[in-house]
Amino acid sequence: MSDTAIHAQGVRKSFGSVQALDGVSLDAPRGKVFGLLGPNGAGKTTLVRILTTLLVPDEGEATVLGHDVRTDREALRPRIGLAGQYAAVDENLTGRENLVMVGRLYHLGRREARRRADEVLARFQLEDAAGRTAKTYSGGMRRRLDLAASLVGRPEVLFLDEPTTGLDPRSRRDMWALIKELVSGGATLLLTTQYLEEADVLADRIAVVDHGRVIAEGTSDELKARLARDYVEVGVERPDDLGRAVDALEDVGGEAQVEREALRVSLPAPNGARTLLEAVRRLDAADVGLVDVGLRRPSLDEVFLALTGHEAREDQREDQDGGQDGGQDPGGERNAAHRDVGEGEAERAEVTA
Amino acid sequence: MTDATRGPGRSAPRGAAAPGLVARLGHNVTDTVVMAQRNLLRYVRLPRLLMFSSIQPIMFVVLFAYVFGGAIRTPGVNYIDYLIPGILIQTVLFGATQTTTGLADDLSKGIVDRFRSLPMARSAVLAGRTLADGLLRNLFTVGLMLAVGAIIGFRFQGSVWQALASIGVVAFFGYAFSWISALIGLLTRDPETAQVAGFIWVFPLVFASSAFVPVQTMPHWLRAFAKVQPISVTVNGVRYLTSGGAAPGVAPADVWQALLWGAAILLVFVPLAVLQYRRAV
Repeated sequence: MSDTAIHAQGVRKSFGSVQALDGVSLDAPRGKVFGLLGPNGAGKTTLVRILTTLLVPDEGEATVLGHDVRTDREALRPRIGLAGQYAAVDENLTGRENLVMVGRLYHLGRREARRRADEVLARFQLEDAAGRTAKTYSGGMRRRLDLAASLVGRPEVLFLDEPTTGLDPRSRRDMWALIKELVSGGATLLLTTQYLEEADVLADRIAVVDHGRVIAEGTSDELKARLARDYVEVGVERPDDLGRAVDALEDVGGEAQVEREALRVSLPAPNGARTLLEAVRRLDAADVGLVDVGLRRPSLDEVFLALTGHEAREDQREDQDGGQDGGQDPGGERNAAHRDVGEGEAERAEVTA
Repeated sequence: MTDATRGPGRSAPRGAAAPGLVARLGHNVTDTVVMAQRNLLRYVRLPRLLMFSSIQPIMFVVLFAYVFGGAIRTPGVNYIDYLIPGILIQTVLFGATQTTTGLADDLSKGIVDRFRSLPMARSAVLAGRTLADGLLRNLFTVGLMLAVGAIIGFRFQGSVWQALASIGVVAFFGYAFSWISALIGLLTRDPETAQVAGFIWVFPLVFASSAFVPVQTMPHWLRAFAKVQPISVTVNGVRYLTSGGAAPGVAPADVWQALLWGAAILLVFVPLAVLQYRRAV
């Protein structure tokens, strides 16, 4: 058998006028964790639903463990597990009843279903709560139960759709530990997330998805190395300083980006501190009123921003778009987005070449 | 560490050959039973749901018997004997709305996604739901209604077989109807809408029928509808059986027609519901 567990080529799917997936191609190797990273609405869930036979793609081909997700569903379903975005457990059943039910639906015998239920309960530290209805569980416990349910059938490929969205930081870290443990057992795992940190911690390979397309793919180190650039950030006193600052900074580093409301100009600094020094000299010479000048290292969020042109998490993006105090110039942001998406694509071509 | 706790990916490859027909049929039955169990457990875990869904028909019995009963003339039969068959059908129809809300609830919560990703029969989600709600739960409430009816004077007037057959007709019709409710639940998808949508269309059907009053007193245009619509036919069929043929305006043909209606509903709505379930994402 091939080393590829999940293969997608040119997968498209639209819902009415919304193009959810616009030609997604990816290959996830066996026994590894493949991270699908992107904001809400990027098409991650649609892709997971296609790969788990819940949705039929409009175009393109997709196979999981060599089974075509369109034509070979019956053979594929026993071999995969899915834990969706919402904890898909029956609230009125106890934890154990939920797991036994899933086991029975994998067509395990009654006894075997019970045995496996007890095993996963122990492993997910849900033994004490096993006799309580899932309704009484905390959010973190429900997710654990949901994940446990996806393992009852001992799937060869496991799909986790945003396994930690909505969890508090501690539950999230617990979940990470569990997922890492699963992976050490040799599972193939496809994980979607909107948290960069999560993809960074868990995934061997990451595909960044935005607007239904894979815009970058590689290991987390590769992605960071390709995009991590220092920035010089300049805060000016008055709006009319902005233009002069931009003029003064021409040719110093990369193309300057202006955040009008925040009275800020930032530009890539290919030479780090030397670019900063040069920038300060020029700004001083041009007599620009300065509030702040500094060299900034990009965070993971900025890597994402550079790739997609917007923030990783929808809530942040909404804050910035909606609230004036977010301080971003929407027009400027959009322009930057176009440029950076272009770069992302170019870099992707580089990697695949 | 046992095999199962080692994680996915370690299991032996499953048989690539598709299971045989017999095995598949066996699986279908298991899947349906497992789903029915799941839905019945809901009533065990939510005793209040069962309690309140029982109080409502009891209220109807009492209100109709004592408030309207005195004013409604049913020649040849006591009003309470006239009423109970109508109440039984009304109970299973109103109860069917729980199939609607239950399915819509499942769809809105994502558990259906889990079911659909499992190697189970797709029809089992619906078959299990209708078996639990539309048949078993209905039999329970029908028993309850008969008990309440007995307390306030209802008596079977025919043979034991006719009495049992009347319960059979009610159960069959209720089961058939639960497939219509299932379809509505799948179409509405959210529990609040389903609550309303599952109910409104049942009201005129039940009240513009022979369930509570003889249709002769209705205006001409309404009578034309009320006489032939399935609820009237079924109520008349049940009434024929419970009264041993003594009730006014009933005939043995009503029993057969009731069964035909039930069969026709199943024939149309089972495929529609299954189709909609496959389509519902």
